[in-house]
Amino acid sequence: METIQTDPFAIKDCALIAIATGEKARNLRELREIIERIDPASIYYHFWGGLLRPRFDDPEYHNDFAIWVYRSLHNKALAERLAVIDPAAFDTIENLRAELLDIMEDALYQTDTPAWAERDRQFEFIRSQIVVFNPNVQVTDAAMLTRVLPTISLGSIFFHFIDARQRNRNHLDDFRFWLRSQGDSYEPLCDAIARIDPYFSSLSDLRMELLKSFVSHFSGEQRP
Amino acid sequence: MNGFSTMLAQYAEITGQDVVGHLYQLAAPLKGMRLVHINSTRLGGGVAEILHKMVPLMNELGIETHWEVISGGQDFYECTKAFHNGMQGRQVSIPDFHFKAYESANAEAAENLRGILEEADIVIVHDPQPAALIRHYPRRKNKWLWRCHIDASHPSRAVWKYLYEHVRHYDASVFSLAAFARRLPHSIYLIPPSIDPLHEKNVDLELEEVAEVRARFGIDPERPTVVQISRYDRFKDPVGVIEAYRMAKRFVPGIQLVLAGGGASDDPEGEAVLEEVRRAADHDPDIHVLLLPPDAHRTINALQRAADIVIQKSVKEGFGLTVTEGMWKEKPVIGGDTGGIRIQVIDHHTGFLVNTPEGAALRIRYLFHKPEEMRRIGAKAKAFVRENFLITRHLREYLTMIFGILHGQRDRIELS
Repeated sequence: METIQTDPFAIKDCALIAIATGEKARNLRELREIIERIDPASIYYHFWGGLLRPRFDDPEYHNDFAIWVYRSLHNKALAERLAVIDPAAFDTIENLRAELLDIMEDALYQTDTPAWAERDRQFEFIRSQIVVFNPNVQVTDAAMLTRVLPTISLGSIFFHFIDARQRNRNHLDDFRFWLRSQGDSYEPLCDAIARIDPYFSSLSDLRMELLKSFVSHFSGEQRP
Repeated sequence: MNGFSTMLAQYAEITGQDVVGHLYQLAAPLKGMRLVHINSTRLGGGVAEILHKMVPLMNELGIETHWEVISGGQDFYECTKAFHNGMQGRQVSIPDFHFKAYESANAEAAENLRGILEEADIVIVHDPQPAALIRHYPRRKNKWLWRCHIDASHPSRAVWKYLYEHVRHYDASVFSLAAFARRLPHSIYLIPPSIDPLHEKNVDLELEEVAEVRARFGIDPERPTVVQISRYDRFKDPVGVIEAYRMAKRFVPGIQLVLAGGGASDDPEGEAVLEEVRRAADHDPDIHVLLLPPDAHRTINALQRAADIVIQKSVKEGFGLTVTEGMWKEKPVIGGDTGGIRIQVIDHHTGFLVNTPEGAALRIRYLFHKPEEMRRIGAKAKAFVRENFLITRHLREYLTMIFGILHGQRDRIELS
């Protein structure tokens, strides 16, 4: 049997805090103009930050832009186009920003009179500051994760399963990134993790789904 | 044995060990730091209620935390009351001698507190009352934050113009929601308020205690019950709630409505609203209009638990902590589509947002028609509060903000 020596999986944790930018939009044109120049941390926050603040396990739309366009501008078609953007598919926030602008330009091109949100339903641009810290937990073999996962915080789930996608090559979460360094035998487990859609679950549900994948794998129940 | 201190261990039982473990890990690098909170009262009001728990919790996490209070004479309080009203958008007129009393009280407190404030690493000043303290520390080396608990979205221009001259000197501000914030020349952190699950208002009660409160106010346990807890204020639309009850009654026979609030006796406007409510109730024996003392926390807790539905049909609202409290008791909430209620009540998930008495009546009928929905929504509401609106989340955000203040504007702060 092949023995592979790799670094242990160092569990990290994080906490996120929201900061008002003072920028507000009341219609699509204003939204587009502000997105063009807003701090990248604000785009990050409005795509990913939702997972670390009040949200539900089955949100209608997956990012703040889509939610606002639907709820405040009542433009369902545009909301659908914005909601389907997968931020993990972009190498940089700038590429993600360009995609957003492209979709909005297209929507603006198709309308002469953009809808206005009510005064108390403006889009408030928020940016985030993320603090990453080390709880000193090291995982030396994959099976150990079946014991560690239930005990780690939701901040750790966010850091390793969500935030990792913009840090790692191929947009992988940290679990798959590390498992692949452990040899081919974990490919079925990696496939099972890949099937977990982060957009339809709260962080506590994601922790549960990840745990299920690990437990199934190590009890030999992994589906092919 | 989890190794948590007694108080945090109690919270861990409610939130899960991981949440409290996360707080310990996050706070570890801040151990030994000195922090001072300053507000204007130790008794009454939401700020004091939060600080009574926040201060010991921070101490348990190893941050040496103190709580100081600023006080003044009658003119000082008149002035700060006018600030409070003005920040909420009312037009107020403040005579010069009130401003002078405000500045003198702050100058005096600045001298009395000089030792502790100069030794602190972080000073958190709550609301406008002590906001001018900072002017007396022009050469400070520590970080000062201004925590505004008020909805300052549309303040009186004159009041904000005056307060801005003090607040702009802080290193950062904190508001509850982006919509409540003002433009300031420093970072504006956003931290929503929270409820304390161990407070008498929210702690689990024995069924007997709930039954006793029902009996005390003549509420029939066998009949459907809707409860609104709030002071008698037109922004809370208690008369609209009575209209909704009447519209729903045709479809939900036997429905009872409880309107309970306090503090009207020393508030002339509150008394007038209470009178309007009593007139609107028109001696209907199934409408219970209750005037409760300010410390009736367990009674309020029991009334919320006695409800099938909690209603908060405000037409203007700050954050709406009575909504959070109702959700914590596993009740579906029918809330006004305004302010912080919008981030708590999501249609079909934790309750329903409504804009009119008609909308409220429709949702009352819907929920009583579908009791299984009522249970599902109630359970989801409690889980939502557990994850997002308990004091443990509030504490986590304070800790995270402290790192932000200490490390500057960086988007990502990596602690070794």
